[in-house]
Amino acid sequence: MSHHIVEARDLSFVYPGGHEALSGVSFRITHGEAVALIGPNGAGKSTLLLHLNGSLLPARGEVRIGDLPVTRQTAPRIRRTVGMVFQDPDDQLFMPTVLEDVAFGPLNYGLAPAEAEDRAVAALERVGMARLRQQPPYTLSAGEKRAVAIATVLAMSPDVLVMDEPSSNLDPRGRRRLIELLKSFEHTRIIATHDLELVVEVCPRVLVMDGGVIVAQGPAHELLNNEDLMLRHGLERPHSLRHHHPH
Amino acid sequence: MGVSHSAAVHRMEIFGGLDSPMHRLDARTKALVTVAFIATVMSFPRYELSALTPFFLYPFALVALSGVPPGFILKKLLIAAPFALCIGLFNPLLDRQPVFLAGGFAVAGGWLSFGSILLRFALTVSAALTLLACTGMSRLCAGLERLGLPKVLAVQLLFLYRYIFVIADEALRMRRGLELRSSGGRSPSPRVYGSLVGHLLLRAMDRAQRIYSAMLARGFNGDMPTLQPARLHGPDIAFAGGWLAFFVLARCWNLADHLGRLLTGVRP
Repeated sequence: MSHHIVEARDLSFVYPGGHEALSGVSFRITHGEAVALIGPNGAGKSTLLLHLNGSLLPARGEVRIGDLPVTRQTAPRIRRTVGMVFQDPDDQLFMPTVLEDVAFGPLNYGLAPAEAEDRAVAALERVGMARLRQQPPYTLSAGEKRAVAIATVLAMSPDVLVMDEPSSNLDPRGRRRLIELLKSFEHTRIIATHDLELVVEVCPRVLVMDGGVIVAQGPAHELLNNEDLMLRHGLERPHSLRHHHPH
Repeated sequence: MGVSHSAAVHRMEIFGGLDSPMHRLDARTKALVTVAFIATVMSFPRYELSALTPFFLYPFALVALSGVPPGFILKKLLIAAPFALCIGLFNPLLDRQPVFLAGGFAVAGGWLSFGSILLRFALTVSAALTLLACTGMSRLCAGLERLGLPKVLAVQLLFLYRYIFVIADEALRMRRGLELRSSGGRSPSPRVYGSLVGHLLLRAMDRAQRIYSAMLARGFNGDMPTLQPARLHGPDIAFAGGWLAFFVLARCWNLADHLGRLLTGVRP
C-alpha cells in the first residue's frame, strides 16, 4: 500500500521569469487520507498540485509517490497512480462524447476497446453520470462536467486523487453532490480549495499555504478554528464552526 | 452566435453517433467514396446539367439508409447556398454565347453554367455533410489519419472542432465587456480591437497548454485512441465497389438522357 503515500521534501519551483512559486515545501500524506490545501490566491497551491503528477518538475527537492520519485522518466507511471482533476472541466473534456472522453485514459494505457468501455461506464456510474454517456461534453451543465471530469480520472483506477478547486462554479445542489461523492471515495485525496465548508465536511487534515511555503498543517478543526491564522492568510473561520448547536 | 453554432455541431455529433448500416461502414470507405464522388462531379464540362442529376442518388441513398433527417442536411445546404450563388451570379451576364438545347431551344451559356454550379454545389456539399453526419467527427478524423493524413493534422482538426466554440464564447464575452465600457455606439478604434484579438490569442494559447497537460495526465502519447476499432468488412467493399462503378457509369453515359429516351420511347 506504500504507493498511496504522497511525500514532498524541500520542494521548490521557480517559474520562467524568476517568480519563486514554491520555496521549500515538505509534507507527507498517507494512505486514504483526505487533505485540504488552503491559502490565498497566488499562494502556490496549483503549482504544488502540478508537481504531484509530474506536470511540473521541481527546481529543488523532490516529490515521491510511494517509492517512486516524480521525474520526467517516471511521469507516465506516476500519472496512472495520481489522478488529477483540473480546475476548468472544459480543459479536461476534449473528446466528442462523454464515453469516449472517459475511455481516453484507459485506451491510452493499452486496454482493449471493450475493456476500456466497461471501465468508462463503471466510472460514469460511480459519479452518477452513466445516462449522459453519448452526450457531447460541452452540452453538460457545470456540475455534470465536473462529475464527468472526475469519472475520466476514476476510469484510470488511480490510488491518489488530486483536485484543484472542485467546487468552483457549482450551484448548491451540484456542490452538495460533489461533497457526498468526495466523502464516499477511499482514495488518498488532496484537494486545493477556497471552499472551507467543503473542507470541514470532507478533509480531516489541512495544509495552509501562503507565499510558496506551508505555514501550518494539522487537524482541520483545529486550524480552521484558529481565527488569527485564518485571517493572516486571507482565509476565514468557517461559519459552521462558529456555532455549535447540540442536537 | 456561439450558442446557435454549437447547437448545430451538437446535432451533427448526435447524428454521428447513430447506429445504421451507413454508420457501421468504416470511415475510410465513406471518405474515399465521397472524395471520388466529388472529383467525378467536378470533372463534368461546365455546361453540363442533365448528366449531373443521377448523382443525387448518392447523398439521397446515404441519408435514407443512415436515418439522418433530410431536413437537417437541407437546412445546412441552404446556409451555405449564398456562397454558390455569389460564385455563379455573374455567369449569365458575362457568358451570353447561345447554347442549343434539345428541342431547338437556345439559352445563354451563362445560365447553363450557373445552373451547373448550383447543381454541383448541392451535390458536393450535401455529400460532405452526409459523410460527416453518418460518421461523426472523431471517427472521420481517425479514418482520414489511417488513410494517410498526418496524425498532427487529424488531431488538430478534431480539436478545432471541439474548441472553436469555446474560443468564440470567450471572444463574445470580451466583446460584451468592451461594449459595456465604450461610451454609446462609437465603434472602438482598431488599436482596441488589436489588443482584444491579442488577448484572445494569449487566452487560447493558455487554454491549449492546459488541455495538453490534461491530456498528458491521462497518458496521451500522440495517438488519439477510439472505442470502435476500424476494420474493413464485406459491406465496405460492396459499398465502395458499387458506388465507384456507378460513378464511372454515370460519368461516361448520360443516364438521365438514356432513361428519358427509354421512357418516352425515342431511339437515339
